[in-house]
Amino acid sequence: MKPTYRKRFSRTERTLHWANALGFFFLLASGLALYLPSLSEIVNRRQLVQEVHFWAGCGWISVLVAIVVLGDRRGILRTAREIDAFDADDLRWLTGQKPAPQGRFNAGQKLNSLLTVAFAVLFLVSGLFLWFGEQDTRYRFASTVILHDGLMYASLVLLVGHLYLAVIHPTTRHSLRGITLGTVSEEWAAKHYAKWTPE
Amino acid sequence: MTEPQPQFASPKPHHVGRGIFLGTVLAGVSSLYWGERVWSHLSTALAPLEAGIPLIPQGGWRIYTIGDGMPSFDPKTWKLEIGGHAAKPMTLDYERLLSLPKVNQVSTFHCVTGWTVTDVHWGGVRLADVLDLVQPNASAHALQFVSAEVPYVDYLTLAQTKLHNVMLAYEMDGVPLPREHGAPVRLIIPEMYGYKNVKWLNGINLVPAEQIGYWEQYGYDQDAWVGHSNGYGT
Repeated sequence: MKPTYRKRFSRTERTLHWANALGFFFLLASGLALYLPSLSEIVNRRQLVQEVHFWAGCGWISVLVAIVVLGDRRGILRTAREIDAFDADDLRWLTGQKPAPQGRFNAGQKLNSLLTVAFAVLFLVSGLFLWFGEQDTRYRFASTVILHDGLMYASLVLLVGHLYLAVIHPTTRHSLRGITLGTVSEEWAAKHYAKWTPE
Repeated sequence: MTEPQPQFASPKPHHVGRGIFLGTVLAGVSSLYWGERVWSHLSTALAPLEAGIPLIPQGGWRIYTIGDGMPSFDPKTWKLEIGGHAAKPMTLDYERLLSLPKVNQVSTFHCVTGWTVTDVHWGGVRLADVLDLVQPNASAHALQFVSAEVPYVDYLTLAQTKLHNVMLAYEMDGVPLPREHGAPVRLIIPEMYGYKNVKWLNGINLVPAEQIGYWEQYGYDQDAWVGHSNGYGT
């Protein structure tokens, strides 16, 4: 029987996700060239890499804001409300109890989204302090570099978990279809997101 | 055709997502004030883990460069020119440098950007001993340290170079100074932030007065006392 599909992510949501992913990977690569001694020896032109990293970071945040402003703002707001709301089933899901029926996002995905956005804000704040702190002591804090590096490690942990579930884990990797084509199979949605009632 | 879906009574949701988001942002921003203290405890505990991943910066070091290429060291051709306002200018090759009276010291290295590496074992020669050999003229009141990483230069007053633990270090933690730390020799003045500890030294000039060094031209303090300059402790 031909599977039927339901829409999970709008075009704005998908654009936001992939712009975020693209920007993050670019910033991770240029950031690691600055951070890892072995890479910094190969790349060499630290000042140039630093400028590229800084402006790419500014561009990354600007593009994300532009997508929200120019895209389906109502849809994004609706998604934000879904991510904001945690109920008793979410708590059951997080503590491994069953049954714990989930809506369009499970509790883990909500947490991942909240931390990803919070980390983006903190990357921006600490990145700006690092950049302007080099020129003016009023913006220099002894812990800025610790925060920026710590965020990188925390983001890597989130990213590895996210990639494993989205690309490798057999029962969850169907979600990749949702974030690329926008739709997921009804059968898969009913199994993993039983409380999700499509509009 | 899909099977009929079970209907779930939706428990009342709580808007805690915004709290998680704001809490994370606030914790992150406030860590600008407490992060270093926490990290100084954590880094000791994490050191064995760090040692198991050789790719990541070891011991808390970060490698900063300003040029287009990290200078490379050839022991056959490398030379350290020491001259300017001195009675006996001299040129040291690597062998001659190693033949000078060696001293060892353990000191803490502070970077002005906030990171610190404790208990670094340095081996090298006292700058004061080298100055005794070249005999500064009465007109010399400062030293210019020239790096092979052009155009990096920095300055210390003659009085500052006579602090008890200022050295030209060619060993670090028991091995020849690694390339990324300034091979073959760098200046070490533990009382001052790292940007005064010039790496890849290939020239020392005795001069009448200090001038603006590389980072000082971007607003960093001429006297980079740890904890008492560059906005710290002021």
